[in-house]
Amino acid sequence: MDEFSRLSLHVPEPAVRPGDQPDFSNVKIPKAGSVPRPEVDVEPEAIRDLAYSIIRVLNREGEAVGPWAGLLSDEELLTGLRHMMLLRAFDARMLMAQRQGKTSFYMQHLGEEAVSCAFRRALRRGDMNFPTYRQAGLLIADDYPMVDMMNQIFSNELDPCHGRQLPVMYTSKEHGFFTISGNLATQYVQAVGWAMASAIKNDTRIAAGWIGDGSTAESDFHSSLVFASTYKAPVILNIVNNQWAISTFQGIARGGSGTFAARGLGFGIPALRVDGNDYLAVYAVARWAAERARRNLGPTLIEYVTYRVGAHSTSDDPSAYRPKTESEAWPLGDPVLRLKKHLILRGVWSDERHAQAEAEIMDQVIQAQKEAESHGTLHAGGRPSVRDIFEGVYAEMPPHIRRQRQKAGY
Amino acid sequence: MARMTMIEAVRSAMDVSMGRDEDVVVFGEDVGYFGGVFRCTQGLQAKYGKTRCFDAPISEAGIVGTAIGMAAYGLKPCVEIQFADYMYPAYDQLTQEAARIRYRSNGDFTCPIVVRMPTGGGIFGGQTHSQSPEALFTHVCGLKVIVPSNPYDAKGLLISAIEDPDPVMFLEPKRLYNGPFDGHHERPVTPWSKHELGDVPEGHYSIPIGKAEIRRKGSAVTVIAYGTMVHVALAAAEETGIDAEVIDLRSLLPLDLETIVQSVTKTGRCVVVHEATLTSGFGGELVALVQEHCFYHLEAPVVRVTGWDTPYPHAQEWDYFPGPARVGRALTEAMEA
Repeated sequence: MDEFSRLSLHVPEPAVRPGDQPDFSNVKIPKAGSVPRPEVDVEPEAIRDLAYSIIRVLNREGEAVGPWAGLLSDEELLTGLRHMMLLRAFDARMLMAQRQGKTSFYMQHLGEEAVSCAFRRALRRGDMNFPTYRQAGLLIADDYPMVDMMNQIFSNELDPCHGRQLPVMYTSKEHGFFTISGNLATQYVQAVGWAMASAIKNDTRIAAGWIGDGSTAESDFHSSLVFASTYKAPVILNIVNNQWAISTFQGIARGGSGTFAARGLGFGIPALRVDGNDYLAVYAVARWAAERARRNLGPTLIEYVTYRVGAHSTSDDPSAYRPKTESEAWPLGDPVLRLKKHLILRGVWSDERHAQAEAEIMDQVIQAQKEAESHGTLHAGGRPSVRDIFEGVYAEMPPHIRRQRQKAGY
Repeated sequence: MARMTMIEAVRSAMDVSMGRDEDVVVFGEDVGYFGGVFRCTQGLQAKYGKTRCFDAPISEAGIVGTAIGMAAYGLKPCVEIQFADYMYPAYDQLTQEAARIRYRSNGDFTCPIVVRMPTGGGIFGGQTHSQSPEALFTHVCGLKVIVPSNPYDAKGLLISAIEDPDPVMFLEPKRLYNGPFDGHHERPVTPWSKHELGDVPEGHYSIPIGKAEIRRKGSAVTVIAYGTMVHVALAAAEETGIDAEVIDLRSLLPLDLETIVQSVTKTGRCVVVHEATLTSGFGGELVALVQEHCFYHLEAPVVRVTGWDTPYPHAQEWDYFPGPARVGRALTEAMEA
C-alpha cells in the first residue's frame, strides 16, 4: 500500500527575519468604527465574528468614530495621555538605571502603554488584577506612588517586598494588583478563583486575569477558561498579543489559523479583539466586559492586538530574531502619538503642550528616582535586612526557620 | 463523643468548620452532590448549599489555582484532590504560587488553603492510586504537611489546617479510612469503632500543627512513623517483643524535632518507617536530623524501612507495603548492631 507518502512536521515561521523587509500584510485591520457594539447581555454565539475582527475607535486622521466611541471626556483622555507618557518616561529611566547597574533587570512597556493604562480606568476601586510583568500601567493609572515602584525595582530598604522579588514584580492589594509571579499563566486561573469568591460572597467586585500570547499555550490558560465558563465567573480574561514571546513569534502558540480571542468561543465565552494601541478602543472594550461581569453575565475574553516595540527584557536582544525596523512598520501605530493626535484634533492639546508635558513628566520621574535612590539601589546604599530572608515564609516562624535564622547570625 | 471512622472524622471537621465560618468553602472532583469517591464530603452540599460545596472540573491545576484566588479574596478553601497521585498537575500552583504568596508580597496577600488528598496504598490501587508524595511537599518552604493516623487526630488536625493562615497539605492514608491497619493484609480490618481513637468529639476541637504524639512508650529503640506506618510499627513492636517507643509524627512540616531528639537520646537507637519510596524520601531528612542532634547518643546506625524505589505495583502490593515483619527485622537489626 503506497498511497500515502511519508509524513513531515510543520514548524511555523514568522514571515520575516533579521535583514528582511518587515511585513505585516497578514495582519488584517478593519476600518476604525466598522465593528458593531453589541448589548452586554448578548448571547456569545451571536458575536462570534468579534473574535476575528479588531475593534478600533481612532482612525488614521485621529478622529474617534463608530459605535465604540464617545465614552471618555476631554479631561479623562488628557489623564490617559498623561498616564501613558508617565509610563513611557518611567520605562526610559528604569531601563537606563538597569544599564547603570542599579538593578538586575527591567522590562519595559514601549508600544503597549494603552493596554494597561486604559484598562485600569474601566475598573473600580476594590476590583482585582492578576497581572503579568508588562502591566505596570495598572498601577500608574491608579496613582500608585511611583517611588514605591522604584523602591521595588532597586530592592532597597523601602522595597515593599523586602528584597524578595525580582524587579517589576510589584504587589498592592490596595491598588488591586496581585503579587506577580515569574511563572507564566499560573495567575490567570487565580483571577478566576478570586472572581468566583466574589460571586460566592455576593460581592460587587470583579477580577481581571492577564496573560501574553505565548503563555496561552500553558495548561493553566485552558483550566482558566474551563472554570470561568463553568461557573460564569465575573472575570475579564485579557490576552495581550504583542506578537512576540521573547524570541518566539506568536504563530508558535497560536498555530496557523484562528486568533487568540477565538480560543474563548469553544468555551462559550464572549471573545473580542481590540486595537491595543488605541486608548479609546481599549477603554471601551474593557468597560463593556466589566459591565458584563458586574451584571453577573459572566466572563469575557479580550485579545489586545499590539506590538512589543522594546526587547522582552533587558536580557534580550530582539535584533537577533526580527528586523530592526519592524516596530516602525507596525500598522497600528504608537498609542501615545495616536491619542496625542486625537486630542489635538479635539482642540484640547497641541505639540507645544505635549513637548512641555514630556519635560515636566520626565522631571517628575527623575525626582521620584532621586528619592528612591536615596534609599538605596541593588548594589549601593540601603538594603533590606538579611533578617528579612527568614521572615514571612509563614504567618508564624516555625522552629526550623528560627534555628536557621539564628545560625545566620540574626 | 461519637464513634467515627476517619472518613466521618474528616467530614465532621469540614462540617464543624463550615458551620462556624461562612468563608470556608469545599470543592473538588465529585465532592458536591455525590460527596466524594470516599464520601468524605457527603451531605455538605445539602447542608451548606452548592456555592459552598461543589463539584469541580477534572483539572487539578484549576482546583488549586482557583482556591488560591479565593484565598486571596478572603475565603478559606478546603479542596480535595481525588487521589494524591493526581496532584501533580497542581504541583506548580502549590509549590510556586500557594507556598510563596505571603513571602513574595511581604504579607500583602496570603494563601490560607487546605488541600486534602487520599494517600498511600493497601487498597489494590496500583501505581496511580497508591502514592505517598509527602516528600515533594516537605521540600517546599511555605507549605505545611500533615498526615494523621487516626480519626481523632484527623478531625482535630483538619480543623487546625482549615483555621491555619498558611497553605496546608493534608494527606489522608486511605488504608486507615475505615479502621486501623496493622499491616497484616490477610486479617480483616478492625473498625475504628473498636478503637479508643475512634472516639471523636462531635463539636469543635483542634490539635496543634507541629506536635508529634508518642503512641507507645519504650526504652530500647525509637520508631519514627506517620500515617498507616504508625499501626504497622506498633504491630511490629508487639510481635517482636522489643521495647520500642513509637512516635507518630502527625505533622511532617513543621516537624516536632524536640520529641524525636528526646526519645532517641533516651533509647540510643532509631528506626524510621514510611510507605513512600526510599531514595530522597522524607526518611532521609529524619535520619539526617537524628544524626545531627543525637550523634553522641546513638549506639547503632539508624535503619530505614520504606517502600521500594519502584512504582507502586498492583498484584504485588503486599510485597511493596512495609509490613510488621520488615519493621520487625529492622528493629532486630537496630538492636543487634
